[in-house]
Amino acid sequence: MPRTVLEPRFQVEHLSILDSEGHLDAALEPTLEPGELRALWRAMLLGRRLDERMVRLQRQGRIGTFAPIKGQEASQIGSAATLRKTDWMVPSFRETAAMIMRGWPIEKLLLLFAGYLEGAEPAPDQHDLPITIPVATQLPHAVGLAYAAQYRGDDAVVMVFLGDGATSEGDFHEAMNFAGVWQVPVVFVCQNNQWAISVPLKKQTHSRTLAQKALAYGVPGLQVDGNDVLAVYAAAREAVDRARGGGGPTLIECITYRLGVHTTADDPTKYRSDEEVRAWERKDPLTRFRAYLEARGLGEPGLEATLDAEIAEAVRRFEATPPADPLAMFEHVHAEPPAHLRAQREDLARRLAARGAPSPADPGAAPPRATPMRGQRLTRR
Amino acid sequence: MPKLNMVKALNLALFEEMARDPDVLVLGEDVGVDGGVFRVTDDLQRKFGSQRVIDSPLAEAGIIGTAVGMALYGLKPVCEIQFSGFAFQCFHQIENHAARYRARSRGRFHCQMVIRMPYGGGVRALEHHTESEEQFYAHIPGLTMVVPSGPRTARALLAAAIRDPDPVIFFEAKALYHAAKEDVPDESETLPLGRARVAREGTDLTLIAYGAMLRVALEAADTLQSEDGASVEVLDLLTISPLDREAIVASVGKTGRAVVVHEAPRSFGPGAEIAASIMDGAFLSLEAPVRRVTAYDVSFVGFAREKATVPDAPRVVAAARETLAF
Repeated sequence: MPRTVLEPRFQVEHLSILDSEGHLDAALEPTLEPGELRALWRAMLLGRRLDERMVRLQRQGRIGTFAPIKGQEASQIGSAATLRKTDWMVPSFRETAAMIMRGWPIEKLLLLFAGYLEGAEPAPDQHDLPITIPVATQLPHAVGLAYAAQYRGDDAVVMVFLGDGATSEGDFHEAMNFAGVWQVPVVFVCQNNQWAISVPLKKQTHSRTLAQKALAYGVPGLQVDGNDVLAVYAAAREAVDRARGGGGPTLIECITYRLGVHTTADDPTKYRSDEEVRAWERKDPLTRFRAYLEARGLGEPGLEATLDAEIAEAVRRFEATPPADPLAMFEHVHAEPPAHLRAQREDLARRLAARGAPSPADPGAAPPRATPMRGQRLTRR
Repeated sequence: MPKLNMVKALNLALFEEMARDPDVLVLGEDVGVDGGVFRVTDDLQRKFGSQRVIDSPLAEAGIIGTAVGMALYGLKPVCEIQFSGFAFQCFHQIENHAARYRARSRGRFHCQMVIRMPYGGGVRALEHHTESEEQFYAHIPGLTMVVPSGPRTARALLAAAIRDPDPVIFFEAKALYHAAKEDVPDESETLPLGRARVAREGTDLTLIAYGAMLRVALEAADTLQSEDGASVEVLDLLTISPLDREAIVASVGKTGRAVVVHEAPRSFGPGAEIAASIMDGAFLSLEAPVRRVTAYDVSFVGFAREKATVPDAPRVVAAARETLAF
């Protein structure tokens, strides 16, 4: 018997609408009102300004290890902007810009990276999960949320973020497979920033694209220019609408680049060249979108200063936070603390009282400084 | 009051809880049409439909990971891991997420979910089908680790686990599935999690056991009574974590002697924590060192050698006699 061809070919599309040279494909341009375009710009610029500020705060020892997003603003904002408040967003740990857009207060994210549990607590009405650090493990959660939404008859869509490295994890494949089998309303947004710490994409996979990995699961996969906010928005809009309409999951691969360090504990000069970084700086998502807006008469001079003031105000509120009450660690381990945990709490309470620890309510006490990383300068505030 | 074996009793609890609460779902490998490889979920899909009784793809991390997502949304999934030996493929979802979400989100989210797993030997099975690994789960803050010892406790504890707002690891001894039938009340009942039960009262020595080892302890207690005239108290832990230290201390405080029996390997096993709890709470009552009768610290022996490592009544009797004679 001859071999029968079952899947003669598969196609993976790449979508680009506004390229780094400023060329616009008007036929593909998403229909966005001026207010919506300005909101995208504001969120991207806020993401960038906050990111740069947070790196400085870490260098000064005012927050702990932080994973910067610089260069990935369009991927995050273009996708998250397609969600309704009642939809769900499931971040990994490099989605600061998208989290701010979803309503996380800046000072809460500062608290998170300053080691406060309080920084990961979503507001009661917020449909956002806190960050997940073990790579790809948040992906099945998103599929489960989407299953639950469908089970309850809610029309919510779930958007979950991952990086290129995550596509090597088993949880990625299990989540994609479950989502495909169950046909649940979930959109996987892969920020392919080319580097998983020091490991480049070509050592991560032998596939031509990451988008095509979806096809093995019977799920649509699309690659977009992740530094083109219009393309990301258009792709996410299509995927979110399809999911909401009962059309099941989608994987969107955003081709982008981490312009900064993996985390503030990383030194990327060890594994990648300055030339490469400079080449990607020329594809900066902010540069081309700013030019696009200015050409349409939607530029907002002075917005940087406004956003910087907003960030400064949030930093001030963050730094006014009382020191973390050690006893709070015993809250929320279980719904009701079991006897042994109550005893351990009492033990700590006695020790704290004996050494005369400052009351957590004491407004004069400064928050503890994060331990500096190797090579990090500890400057005075 | 019907007489049911443990499989039927667990199945009854699932029926009752699903009928009681539309947020309760069952998911796992072969749990639907097939009713689970041990038939614990038999007929549930026929009654409640394939949206509530989900034949999942064959992937443990996918099962537990999606169940975490369902629980974060407010559903109450009951997951079946086909054998506890396969749970290491979802251990990260249990430790990293199910156990931590309440703390991580400061109570905004929690995982009301049950993870059922058959565990233990005695069924002439291959590797990864005979292990007893409760110690891994008992060590994790935020988890409740439950091991029923027979049909009635299984049904009542499973109902309690499903209703509990926090994640529960629910170990079912394969050796007990079809071992004995017990009277099970017509009305649904629950037992409090975190509470041990005195299975047999006595005054000279306390045997502390759970799951399939309860039978072994009771058999040993019979022998010690009839051959030695010793009055042996048998404590059935039912919940490993949080451990009912109060019940342990009360019993050993009375008898002054304790032998812990478990099927898990000895080192760093539940027996160590139990012995330490006795030191903390009943040291001055002790007449003898606390003894442990456990499996040896070997990874896998094959069922042809299994009887040599899994505790049996003669080993427990021997340890108890040494303790009584100390």
